[in-house]
Amino acid sequence: MSMPSSAHSVAEPSQWSKRLASLIVATYAIVTILPLLWIFLTGFKTPPDSIAYPPKILFEPSVEGYVNLFTTRSRQTPEFLASLPPPQTWYERLVRSRNMVIGGPSKVVPRFLNSMVIGFGSTFLAVCFGTIAAYAFSRFRVPLADDLLFFILSTRMMPPIAVAIPIYLMFRNLGLTDTKLGMILLYTAVNVSLAVWLLKGFIDEIPREYEEAAMVDGYTRLQAFFKVVLPQATTGIAATAIFCLIFAWNEYAFAVLLTSGEAQTMPPFIPFIIGEGGQDWPAVAAATTLFFIPILCFTILLRRHLLRGITFGAVRK
Amino acid sequence: MSALAEQTVARTPRRLALRFRGMSDRAIAWLFIAPTVLLLLAINIFPLLWTIQLSFTNYRANRPNAPIRYLGLDNYRDVLTDPEVWHAMQATAHFVLWSIALELVLGFGLALLINRRFRGHSFWTTIILLPMMLSPAVVGNFWTFLLQPQSGLFNSAIALLTGVDPSSFQMIGDVRLAPWSIIMVDTWMWTPYVMLICLAGLRSIPDYIYEAAEVDRASPWRQFWSITLPMVMPFLMLAILFRAIENFKMFDMVNLLTSGGPGSTTEVASITLKREAFEKWRTGYSSALAIILFVTVFGVANIYVRALNRVKQR
Amino acid sequence: MIQKIRALGAAAVVVASCLGGQAVAQTKQLTLCWAAWDPANALVELSKDFTAKSGVQMKYEFVPWTSYADRFLNELNSKGKLCDVIIGDSQWIGGAAENGHYVKLNDFFAKEKISMDDFMPATVVGYSEWPKNTPNYWALPAMGDAIGWTYRKDWFARPEIQAEFKKKYGRDLAPPETYDQLKEIAEFFQGKEIDGKKVYGAYIYTERGSEGITMGVTNVLYDWGFQYENPKKAYQMEGFVNSPDAVKGLEFYKSLYKCCTAPGMSNAYMSEGLDAFKSGQVAMQMNFFAFFPGLYKDPNVGGDKIGFFVNPKQKYHFTQLGGQGISVVSYSEHRDDALAYIKWFAQPDVQKKWWALGGYSCHKAVLNDPGFPKSAPFAADFLKSMDIVKDFWAEPSYAELLLDMQKRVHDYVVADKGTAQEALDLLVKDWQKVFKEDGKI
Repeated sequence: MSMPSSAHSVAEPSQWSKRLASLIVATYAIVTILPLLWIFLTGFKTPPDSIAYPPKILFEPSVEGYVNLFTTRSRQTPEFLASLPPPQTWYERLVRSRNMVIGGPSKVVPRFLNSMVIGFGSTFLAVCFGTIAAYAFSRFRVPLADDLLFFILSTRMMPPIAVAIPIYLMFRNLGLTDTKLGMILLYTAVNVSLAVWLLKGFIDEIPREYEEAAMVDGYTRLQAFFKVVLPQATTGIAATAIFCLIFAWNEYAFAVLLTSGEAQTMPPFIPFIIGEGGQDWPAVAAATTLFFIPILCFTILLRRHLLRGITFGAVRK
Repeated sequence: MSALAEQTVARTPRRLALRFRGMSDRAIAWLFIAPTVLLLLAINIFPLLWTIQLSFTNYRANRPNAPIRYLGLDNYRDVLTDPEVWHAMQATAHFVLWSIALELVLGFGLALLINRRFRGHSFWTTIILLPMMLSPAVVGNFWTFLLQPQSGLFNSAIALLTGVDPSSFQMIGDVRLAPWSIIMVDTWMWTPYVMLICLAGLRSIPDYIYEAAEVDRASPWRQFWSITLPMVMPFLMLAILFRAIENFKMFDMVNLLTSGGPGSTTEVASITLKREAFEKWRTGYSSALAIILFVTVFGVANIYVRALNRVKQR
Repeated sequence: MIQKIRALGAAAVVVASCLGGQAVAQTKQLTLCWAAWDPANALVELSKDFTAKSGVQMKYEFVPWTSYADRFLNELNSKGKLCDVIIGDSQWIGGAAENGHYVKLNDFFAKEKISMDDFMPATVVGYSEWPKNTPNYWALPAMGDAIGWTYRKDWFARPEIQAEFKKKYGRDLAPPETYDQLKEIAEFFQGKEIDGKKVYGAYIYTERGSEGITMGVTNVLYDWGFQYENPKKAYQMEGFVNSPDAVKGLEFYKSLYKCCTAPGMSNAYMSEGLDAFKSGQVAMQMNFFAFFPGLYKDPNVGGDKIGFFVNPKQKYHFTQLGGQGISVVSYSEHRDDALAYIKWFAQPDVQKKWWALGGYSCHKAVLNDPGFPKSAPFAADFLKSMDIVKDFWAEPSYAELLLDMQKRVHDYVVADKGTAQEALDLLVKDWQKVFKEDGKI
């Protein structure tokens, strides 16, 4: 392959064009990540600093946002404050310095736990149902397979608000409103379509020869499934599980309509963290950061399978 | 039989062994598909049928004891003749079309650049992917913070670049700019999505085709138009399909960014639906609207997928 | 082996009974639902007294204002058991009464000798009665509130600013008594440089999603002569909602929004106002009295820097009613404890402490006390305001009426759609449709 170095070839780009490309892409990446960085930094500003105008790039960092996120506070009169015993912990001191008293823990930890329980619960169920269904579609000639698969995909085409109208009535009659069980069932139903499509793709890639060899050896079909196919599909199952988790983690429409106290997850909680008057932006930024960290880890772990996941398995690199 | 198989057979209890050996492939197939289908029937189909039934009544979920009257097609007629509904559909269409257009241009452009495989491209790609992984609701919320004219990052950045006064314009409150604010935030979030798909498409084109074109003295432009574009087309169409469906359903981000305002300039279909169903509690009416929306998406998607399959076969 | 099983079994029973025991042992508990704002924090403090006296633990569910109606109306409509006691908005009374969400309190009041005569009449009508002006009580007046205004007393006191104002308008700079005066002051401050920063004239409500712009515009509309219906014929709105005076009032609100407010305030309600005022952006702020105690204590703009005035008058003098009553949810499983809470809250000494902590008591023992107007710099203005309050519809279909008005007003004032006359004409049509569906006309 002898190309003159100034040639502009798609098959092998020149040094110059590579450098230009890297410059443009890096610029775009930096511009696109700036908002996230700004939010991350806002988590470390004091509330007055966060709404200062013009916006402050240099500021004195403070963990007030994080403290505000995890506590409920009330403003007290100076006399009352003077009458209290001296603050024991560093966060008490911080809150007292603002003329406020810590009333107790805020709801952020229960909400985070709800997100985890509902997320993992619905993921587990969706992956279980999805794996076996995908196996069936992949290995057997199911009648009306294409139509069934399209039907499964089309359940994702309804706007969530539209689905929520009858679900709200159903849950009300069954007593499932604002329960973790109800949300797990709902998210499982939404995720199972993603799971079936993704896993079918993964299982399609496992050669049938292994199971057939096992069955020739006397295994039944079920034994072959559990002992031969599943172990080979673990990467696919893990990737699918993470995509299902990300959906349940980030979901808002159903959560805001069907939960209020017991089963509320983080997305309906974060935008409504109120401070002393306005929205407590450092606390919101802190919550956003903490909520994003698991997803960040998953994104890095899942880099290879990301494309597959976001296209329902239609595109594989 | 092999030793392993003998052991397995030996360890399986007799009754179970008979059962399983007797289970045909057919039975297993149905057993495996049943849970998924049953769950979807319960949580998707049954509610859909219920919605259809509700759409013919005047039921209101906040007055469960009021007598139900059957209205025939009145709700559908009301929905289709309501100028506010048409306005919402227009706002939705504007949002969907422009966001997809921008995402295509940016995403495809980025993919072409990243395909050059310069040093560090993997790292930058991961950075570009991050906005896509956030919760759309949380994104809508913190972008109101970023788009504040006085204390927000966006206006100050524009002021830095172009010299206009940061408080002289507001993205969210201005009737002309608000539709572009939702398009901008959506593009920010989902350009990496389109980029990834285009990248896969570009990488699926084998090198030898380009090399053959080089031998034929084809110019880079020619190569792009007759090789790259046609071969990436199925991927582009897939990206358009997924983004269009998602943006048509969009609720979280727009609701938290603009609440459908100012006035109703950015009130997309899902927001109208939510207001009718869960704030005004006009369950019958909103069920009709929901069915109409669903039929639209389903119908258009069906036609589109057929076209997509034809392109794929080429 | 059998010993092991027995031991495990015993352990399991112990664990199960501990977990189950928590439900059975009835650590008595009550959940109170309200909006998340300063007065709610004050109520938490106050309720410690109730816990001490009755042994009932209090749990709280506080939700920000912008999703308050959404969340709790949703909860009530789904017969949720989350709330035992709810401090519901004044406009929910009609729907809550007719749909059976609240417990009717007449018998309870009679038994416990709680008299509605002990509470300010405007608050009884506004927060407790449905139908209005009939002795059917569904709530105890809990939090009195109305729209008032704050202003930067320190800016008004500066000699250079006073001189400039006097030169321009020929009168002294003072808190406005009419809306025309308010607009002049707002125009005066708009774009001025104070302490090196650009400031703006006024802050008014413009929020689209829940009830913001309605709660703002009514203050102006009432003053211009807007009425909800013919006083002689119920539900006749044509000519009263869209009278020529009402149209002028709506046009005035828009002109105030366009000329004299800070940028970026196109979807702003209570919390954005607090932010704008506290960060020194505006000279005058429209907001509910509920926030004034907190503002007065603010380190940046409180104390001597802040002043208060009643909603200015124009042709008439009114102000928009806020405030809530406290009710017992009929789906609650702790009705007796909930009623005990209401009884405790109605005591005059508790009401006095409520005012001291920052809540606005509606009890005459507090409000009629001669020391009340001096007890806080905004107390006198609060009393004056409660004399001139007017409220939005409290019909069961109030949510639809409110959403219709939100849309029409926001479309005109913020989104520049159509004329004021068109906006109000369309509103009349919207409201007629709602009442027709309801069977009221």
